[in-house]
Amino acid sequence: MAEINFIVILLIATVTAATPLMLASLGELVAERSGVLNLGVEGMMLVGASVAFAVAASSGSLLLGTVCGALAGALMSLVFAFLTLSCMANQVATGLALTIFGIGVSAYIGSGFTGVSLEVSGPLVVPFISDVTILGTFLLGLEPLTYVTIVLFFCVRWFLYKSRPGLMLRAVGDVPDAAHAIGFSVLGVRYLAVMFGGAMAGVAGAFLSVYYTPVWVENMTAGRGWIAVALVVFAAWNPTRIMFGALLFGGVTILQFHIQSANLGIPTQFLTMLPYAATIAVLVIISSDRARILLNTPASLAVPFRP
Amino acid sequence: MKVIYGVARPDAGTILWEGKPEVVGSPAYARRLGIGMVFQHFSVFPALTVLENILLLSPKGTRRQELAARISELSQEYGLPVNPDATVGMLSVGERQRVEIVRCLLQEPKLLILDEPTSVLTPQAIQELFVMLTRLADAGHSILYISHKLHEIRQLCDTATILRHGKVVATVDPRQETDASLAHHMLGTLVPSLSKGTSAESGAQRLIVESLSRRAETVHGVDLENINLTVFGGEILGIAGITGNGQAELLEAVSGEWQSPSARNVCIDGTAAARLGVTRRRRLGLVYIPEERLGQGSVPGMSLVKNGLLTVQVGKFVRWGVIRMDAVRQFASKCIEEFDVRPATYAISAEALSGGNLQKFIVGRELLQAPGVVVAAQPTWGLDVGAAQSIRQILLKLRASGVAILVISEDLDELLELCDRIAVMANGRISEARAVGETSIAEIGRLMSGEHEPVPANAAGA
Amino acid sequence: MLFRIEPRAETSRFMKHAAPLLSALLAMAAGSLLFLFIGHDPAYAFYVFFIVPVSDLYGIGELCLKTSPILLCAIGLAIGFRANVWNIGAEGQLIAGAICGGGLALQLQAFDGIWVLPAMFVAGALGGMAWAAVAAFLRIRFNANEILVTLMLTYIAGLFLSYLVYGPWRSPTGFNWPESTALHEAARLPRLLAGTHLNLGFPIALVVACAAWLFIRHSYLAYQMEVGGKAIKAARYAGFGRHRMIWMGLLIGGACAGLAGVVEVAGTIGKLREVVSPGYGFAAIIVAYIGRLNPLGIVLASLLMALFYIGGEQAKVTLGVPSAITGIFQGTLLFFLLMSDLLISYKLKWTGFSTASGLSEPHGNG
Repeated sequence: MAEINFIVILLIATVTAATPLMLASLGELVAERSGVLNLGVEGMMLVGASVAFAVAASSGSLLLGTVCGALAGALMSLVFAFLTLSCMANQVATGLALTIFGIGVSAYIGSGFTGVSLEVSGPLVVPFISDVTILGTFLLGLEPLTYVTIVLFFCVRWFLYKSRPGLMLRAVGDVPDAAHAIGFSVLGVRYLAVMFGGAMAGVAGAFLSVYYTPVWVENMTAGRGWIAVALVVFAAWNPTRIMFGALLFGGVTILQFHIQSANLGIPTQFLTMLPYAATIAVLVIISSDRARILLNTPASLAVPFRP
Repeated sequence: MKVIYGVARPDAGTILWEGKPEVVGSPAYARRLGIGMVFQHFSVFPALTVLENILLLSPKGTRRQELAARISELSQEYGLPVNPDATVGMLSVGERQRVEIVRCLLQEPKLLILDEPTSVLTPQAIQELFVMLTRLADAGHSILYISHKLHEIRQLCDTATILRHGKVVATVDPRQETDASLAHHMLGTLVPSLSKGTSAESGAQRLIVESLSRRAETVHGVDLENINLTVFGGEILGIAGITGNGQAELLEAVSGEWQSPSARNVCIDGTAAARLGVTRRRRLGLVYIPEERLGQGSVPGMSLVKNGLLTVQVGKFVRWGVIRMDAVRQFASKCIEEFDVRPATYAISAEALSGGNLQKFIVGRELLQAPGVVVAAQPTWGLDVGAAQSIRQILLKLRASGVAILVISEDLDELLELCDRIAVMANGRISEARAVGETSIAEIGRLMSGEHEPVPANAAGA
Repeated sequence: MLFRIEPRAETSRFMKHAAPLLSALLAMAAGSLLFLFIGHDPAYAFYVFFIVPVSDLYGIGELCLKTSPILLCAIGLAIGFRANVWNIGAEGQLIAGAICGGGLALQLQAFDGIWVLPAMFVAGALGGMAWAAVAAFLRIRFNANEILVTLMLTYIAGLFLSYLVYGPWRSPTGFNWPESTALHEAARLPRLLAGTHLNLGFPIALVVACAAWLFIRHSYLAYQMEVGGKAIKAARYAGFGRHRMIWMGLLIGGACAGLAGVVEVAGTIGKLREVVSPGYGFAAIIVAYIGRLNPLGIVLASLLMALFYIGGEQAKVTLGVPSAITGIFQGTLLFFLLMSDLLISYKLKWTGFSTASGLSEPHGNG
């Protein structure tokens, strides 16, 4: 029973560590499927994290904090959308600028909240799941926001493949000129997709600062935004594969904590490197199959559209 | 036309639809009125399935199963077979057009607009399309057919309105007109005809492609299979065929952008060159005039001086890795002067030139290298009549001086006018080249649709 | 819509040079609003931010000192960016250069020849190049996106430096601080001006900038790289190998960033410690853009960026605003630049309040 409990705890930790990656990647996936490459995920996550923490710490409401984090992320992405869509600025450069801007803004917002800690809510209580079973232990151990993430995953998948607006979004990402010619608002679709991506990144940041740690530290996302961008490539723009990819990275993160606590004499810095090294490894493996990348990349990705 | 379909708005004037003035604010509104449109560059989405493509334009709440049933019903009624579950990116160009037409017909339009629908079709597919359009017209649909191919208009249409520079110049009954009289309306002045001259009888085999095969790099690419062709000095060999049948892959293999593992696949003036890169093939006297003028043949945002340096032999213009700007400037001026590029200033940026002048500059830059073999892809594509004619004239002059010229073009009329021999590409294969006098449009059309036997490996160039 | 965007027949040379100034003005305006919002008089705040820090010789020395690493990184990045090689990891290459240059100095403590410093610079440049070469190799061999790889390598380099100064290279006499022993005199950059901290790093950076200017203006290699950056198909058509450009773009960027690392370690800091750069490598991306990827512009832009840094410090002391405000300024400036870039290739046409907008083509065949 002890081993099983340990495994369950490991699983809970993995899924929890994967949650912010799932959120940010799903958001970026939707934006990229509409043909917009937003490299500012890291910046949007940071702003989401700082705003969510500031609001949660001031108001005492984690939910309000999370919602404000989402709004802050969406607002950041609106800046990006205006520059790249309305002003046709280079998407790569603008994404980088957004990240640099986000680092500054989040450090500024968070500067009054360093060292503050949040009142953490207990785990979700679901009355009909008995905590005797393994499944019960697992399900009870997850953060409420993780459940929301899983629901969001199904929503995104249904939206992309089954709904009519999702079909429009894929059409816009495929051939924007044709979508325009048959009367879709290419920019409108892209604005919404980018803002959805921003809101998701904001929630991902909020998850980190409000639920996961829960403290505010400058640059606390530590590259998770970039890993989320890499995950979208890794998943070949498929939401289901994003979930698996995020779990893989969550697993690597947790593994690293456990090796660290096992005291094997490996310097902690090398263990902390693991997720970054894993990202490079995954990119190398995935990208070397050029044909597959070409086949799955949204055709108009990062190409500005002028109506 | 964009105005009728609601993509663009008029600055002035009104559109009368069934007797009432209408402001067509959007394509959706046009569709509600009963106007359907098939675009020249299709507005279908390669990443989606046929069903999804059609679903996009169907009324809200349409069920997938119902729609699939209606698609098969309709495609039987008009003889337009399509598979609803196929991904459009995997379909041939003709099939894509069929998808687009089916999509229009499902909205039961009263008016169907077709914009240059035949530019990507084989002659046979064009005849099938015409049969179908006639059937639609008989069923009571109005059809607005836009084309610059005059014989099509004469064959198909009941009335023709001729536009020149955005103005209506005439409305005629095409069945009463000849190609020449229609062209006269369209162009205003009479087109200067081409003086072909005689070909130099040098007869040397200057460019040989032998047993060239190449696997496609992506699923959208085409495999080349056992390509054989020979271009003699003093002749123009044309390659006809619809774009996307391996022309791009062949051009890369000839120009050196792609290198074959076996050196004898490409020979330039007797040197086995298939393993050489672009620069070393240029040194052998090969020049290449690419299809895309801006972005491939020239660099946007760079002056003509710097664009002049793009493909020249560096020996004269670069010393110790440093560019000799004076020499490059002189070269650009010479090119501008000799090939009548306007405006005649080398400081101008490539994208500021008109298509015709940019093409003249590119052609000039390449021809000043004193080439032995010229490869030109769609050399007059998108040019106005005058510029196209002067480019053709330059190529003919070159032919007379003993250069071997390979022209790849979609424009069959151009090839028939320009070439000594014509081969046809389809599905990554090439037919045996035939002298222009010994072939017919019907035969070329049959070959374009892929009905030919592969040429035996040693048949060409022997 | 009140404005209509119309393409210009030719890109505007005037706007190309006016856009950075315009964006600086707009960023100033946005900064004023920000200061008003947090309750400071904008005029006084700007005075504290931009005038006070450089009002004496010492301040100017500090400005040049901060400029050196930013300028070095930005010059290297610009050469890569011109070829569309997106090296985002100058920060990591700077750290790699600091590790190699500083590490060499720690090994050479017994020597005090004049060759020690040049050797450190060579080691630093090689270190930065090696770090960038990883990204170049993975890009060419496996097609792995260089943006993501160089970034991940930055995190790894930072952690590796942290390991060194917590572990093998930690000074035995340093009260357990995570830093190495101080570099000996021969491994330090000489001071240039009495009464300031200004050292040889600044002239070195200027020399590199001049060399880059000559390279970009006159060399065939830079021309080929520019073609590759502006039109990848044209480069293929002309036979300019893409692989060579990726190698050159990343290696030059890595070498320059490595030099910047040595300048920091042998100059300002004087030892290796956990943090050797407050994000100079990232600031350099902004600088390269604001300087229009042109060495002269980059010199000016890096002076401006350095002023942001020391102005931020000054504002923290005098006004009590967090120094993070520097980052906000950096980002805002780049945003406005990207926005005003629109005016280089397009013009805005006032369409008034009433007429219908949108592009219209009255004749058919479109």
